[in-house]
Amino acid sequence: MKRITVFVIFLIAVWMAFTVRLFHIQIVDNSWKLSAENNVIRTLKIYAPRGEIVDREGRVIVANQVAYDLMVIPMQVKEMDTAEFCRLFAISREFFEKQLEAARNYSRYKPSEFIRYIQAKDYAYLQEKLFLFPGFFFQRRTLRYYPYSSAANVLGFIGEVDESTVKNNPEYSRGDFIGVAGIEKSYERYLRGKHGVKRILVDVRGREKGPYKAGLFDSLAVPGSDLMATIDIELQMYGETLMRNKRGSIVAIEPSTGEILLLVTSPTYDPNLLVGRDRNINYRKLYNDSINKPLYDRALLAEYPPGSPFKILQALVALQEGSIQPSTTFTCGGGFRAGSLFVRCKCGTSYPLPLQVGIYKSCNNYFCNTYKRTIEKYPDAPTGVEIWSRHMKSFGLGTYFNNDLSTGRRGLVPDSTYYNRKFRTTRWKALNTISLGIGQGEMLVTPIQLANAAAAIANRGYFYTPHLVKRIDGKPITDPHYTQPKKTTVDSIHFETVIEGMFQVFEQGTARASRIPGIELCGKTGTAQNPHGQDHSIFMAFGPKNNPKIAIAIFVENGYWGSRWAAPIASLIIEKYLTGKVERKELERRMMEGSLQDEYDRQLIRIFGQKLLTTSGR
Amino acid sequence: MRKRNSIFEGIDWSVLLLYYLLVIIGFFSVLAAVYNPDTFSLSNLSHNYNKQMIFIIASTVIGLFILSLEGRLIEPLSFPIYLLTLGLLVAVLFLGVKISGARSWFQFGAFSLQPGEFAKLSASMMVAAILAGANRKNFNKKLFLAIVVIAIPALLILPQPDLGSAIVFSSFLFVFYREGLPLFYVLIFIALGVFFILALVIDPDILSVVLGGMGVFVAILLRRMRRVWLTIAAVTALLVLFIQSVDYAFYNLLEDRHRNRINIMLGKAHDPKGIGYNTHQSMIAIGSGGVWGKGFLQGTQTKYDFVPEQQTDFIFCTIGEEWGFVGSFLFISLYLLFIYRIFVLAERQKLAYARIFAYSVGSIIFFHFTVNIAMTIGLFPVIGIPLPFISSGGSSMLAFSMMIFILLRLDTYRQEIL
Repeated sequence: MKRITVFVIFLIAVWMAFTVRLFHIQIVDNSWKLSAENNVIRTLKIYAPRGEIVDREGRVIVANQVAYDLMVIPMQVKEMDTAEFCRLFAISREFFEKQLEAARNYSRYKPSEFIRYIQAKDYAYLQEKLFLFPGFFFQRRTLRYYPYSSAANVLGFIGEVDESTVKNNPEYSRGDFIGVAGIEKSYERYLRGKHGVKRILVDVRGREKGPYKAGLFDSLAVPGSDLMATIDIELQMYGETLMRNKRGSIVAIEPSTGEILLLVTSPTYDPNLLVGRDRNINYRKLYNDSINKPLYDRALLAEYPPGSPFKILQALVALQEGSIQPSTTFTCGGGFRAGSLFVRCKCGTSYPLPLQVGIYKSCNNYFCNTYKRTIEKYPDAPTGVEIWSRHMKSFGLGTYFNNDLSTGRRGLVPDSTYYNRKFRTTRWKALNTISLGIGQGEMLVTPIQLANAAAAIANRGYFYTPHLVKRIDGKPITDPHYTQPKKTTVDSIHFETVIEGMFQVFEQGTARASRIPGIELCGKTGTAQNPHGQDHSIFMAFGPKNNPKIAIAIFVENGYWGSRWAAPIASLIIEKYLTGKVERKELERRMMEGSLQDEYDRQLIRIFGQKLLTTSGR
Repeated sequence: MRKRNSIFEGIDWSVLLLYYLLVIIGFFSVLAAVYNPDTFSLSNLSHNYNKQMIFIIASTVIGLFILSLEGRLIEPLSFPIYLLTLGLLVAVLFLGVKISGARSWFQFGAFSLQPGEFAKLSASMMVAAILAGANRKNFNKKLFLAIVVIAIPALLILPQPDLGSAIVFSSFLFVFYREGLPLFYVLIFIALGVFFILALVIDPDILSVVLGGMGVFVAILLRRMRRVWLTIAAVTALLVLFIQSVDYAFYNLLEDRHRNRINIMLGKAHDPKGIGYNTHQSMIAIGSGGVWGKGFLQGTQTKYDFVPEQQTDFIFCTIGEEWGFVGSFLFISLYLLFIYRIFVLAERQKLAYARIFAYSVGSIIFFHFTVNIAMTIGLFPVIGIPLPFISSGGSSMLAFSMMIFILLRLDTYRQEIL
């Protein structure tokens, strides 16, 4: 063999080895191509700004603010001055290590969030320093901003999607926001918009080198729809101010539309607390406040016995059933008596009362008798209660509204099934359930249900399902659930007598002190016993009497009696809404400054003892 | 002896043509590797592609000068040039500038000179001069002298440190084989290389036991030939010793970076972020080229610096990424054809000096080509040696071009002496 042959064999061997190898990595094995894309194509999510929300007057109540997330691509992180980095971004070394480790575990090539929600004012300065730290870059996103710092329970808040949501919903990805409560939650699909995608080429140091394929695969972000809420933010703030240092809630509805004008719960919080870097700390604080429960929306979730305002509905049902006439009289002798059963009454009369007087005197005897007659009209009590209960439910009580409020409670209107189970027999009598006559006993309503009942009375027999949003992207809502009236089972002819009685509550009854000069209001105070402490102060009202513009229900927990807190506060809100200003400054001052904190503290002491309160620093 | 009418008379056009094809491919590859549309300029000398063009032109000028030299002058120049190179190699250790950790360069303004590149040329001439005088009787003596001649520059380059350039000198083994060294020794050398790698991959103690077992097995097979038992025992013992010393050298003598690079290649440490980053990125670049490549200047992995040293040691990545499998295949075929032509030229020389020199040139280029491409496609540890004629770098371009032109001149001289 000539020696050059060996050289040629070597040449051919190398030639074949390289060809096979190149064939493998360039044609057979696709993973190298994917790695190449991961290397140079940085996919940026262009966050769609969430829709903004204005109130019924067009004032912006939920706006967006720009913030920046610092992102990291672990593969591109090089040796750097970590101490300087931590100082610039005001983070600890441990946090730095933790975040980098987490990002590495997620992906070496894909961007991960490193520091979230850097404010726009810090961004400009930090941006200039960022070149020192390869692998890091900023991503723009929008956060919420609440210019009025009010209506937290109505607007709700947003949070980052959890893993399971991401897994089950392709429209969400890591780091996206999703509505967690309030309008943010129930209108999530309108508010969220659609994220855009931008693919850019970057070099090894993360410097942008231009769009990938001239932006062919990019998409623009589609902003979320803007909403117009039904609430009046100034009225809402006024309500929140009035409820300061009191627990309870106010719900006001426009009877002609079912639009919720205000939805106050107290205590509440500043919605801006749940935005940005301190969101989680603040959220935990609010969540753990088991004494004030600021995240608990009493207007929607708290269930109370309705008390005296329920007498109005009692009267309407009885009129419809024909069990009483407006002229029907009952004589109170300090209470309702039937055998050993006695329901006390403080109306202080001893002469025969017709219906209207019974209403404004809030005579317990009158309505116990009315209830008894209504039930006993039927052969047995279960049948009677069943009929009665169906009437009550037609006012929206004892059931869910299925509306655009993100949460709610059913309340309770007992029916025959309920009592059959409770008494373990069907042979019970109307007298066994007599406390229903005056809105006590098993009866439970939420404030929004009572407000809706007030609206149904104001409308003389129908209501629109209460809702929080009136326009989406400028277009009025068309859902028949909100635009079609729902009739009660009580005919409209029966309402005038009762409404006249409610009018008299303001003229000469329990709400005399809350009269607004020049405006005819109708209402009914209530005082509901409860096991925790003082009675709840309750009021239900609407006005003006003819052509009502606002219906309202208010519960002030442990507020002693209806006319002490609930009625004055309701009247101030009505005055403000109808006239745009409040003339009764002295009443306003008294209500704003009034506090029930001492009563709440007493309840706590009863439960936990003095020691706990002093150590907790209150 | 007859006089030439022109310096191109009798020149081997195929080698010249292939040479210019390669350097032009090199120029465009360097351009593509660092291309940036914002700063692109064919006059700005700070761009490496413009420097490359300058060196191509300079090589041509020097080449013309070499072609015009008297053919008989070349062999006598071997010793002075060799001495001059050794002087420069010593000097660079003290006067050189440090670039990426190695003190291998003299700096002259914007240009730098790497004497290590020229050492290959001068060693080739010196080895040719020595072995040209060899005959059957004194072959071993001359061979020993030649080994010393290549060992001196290799040992001077090693402490720069530049392991890669030092290892290149082992390509002279092919030359020795051509000149009469039995194939057995070449194979022994290759076997040692294989055992070297085996020793690193497999636990050396286990390998030693296995080897011992094999020795016993062979001894039993050859039980009739007791005379060879001693030889078998000796070979086995030597191999075990070799394996154990490789292990020792690997963990005690090698620097971390070399150790890591070898580990990566052997698949012992798969860590794309760490030390294997180079190979990984290089394979991403080449692999992403696909069948047809991304097109000239369209590569992203190289241009955006994902591949380190993308214009020097990893220049092949640009070809792989932008021209794909088809382009890469054509390129390696072209390159190997070029080397083949050099060996063909070598074989037809009448003068021993010319033949040995030509084989040296072919072997060195072949070695460079094989190791360089193999490391970019993950077949060999990352050893920092350039791809001749393609990689950016003046010293390498000038030195290899001079080798080609001297070879061409010797080939034309062959026809003068008849």
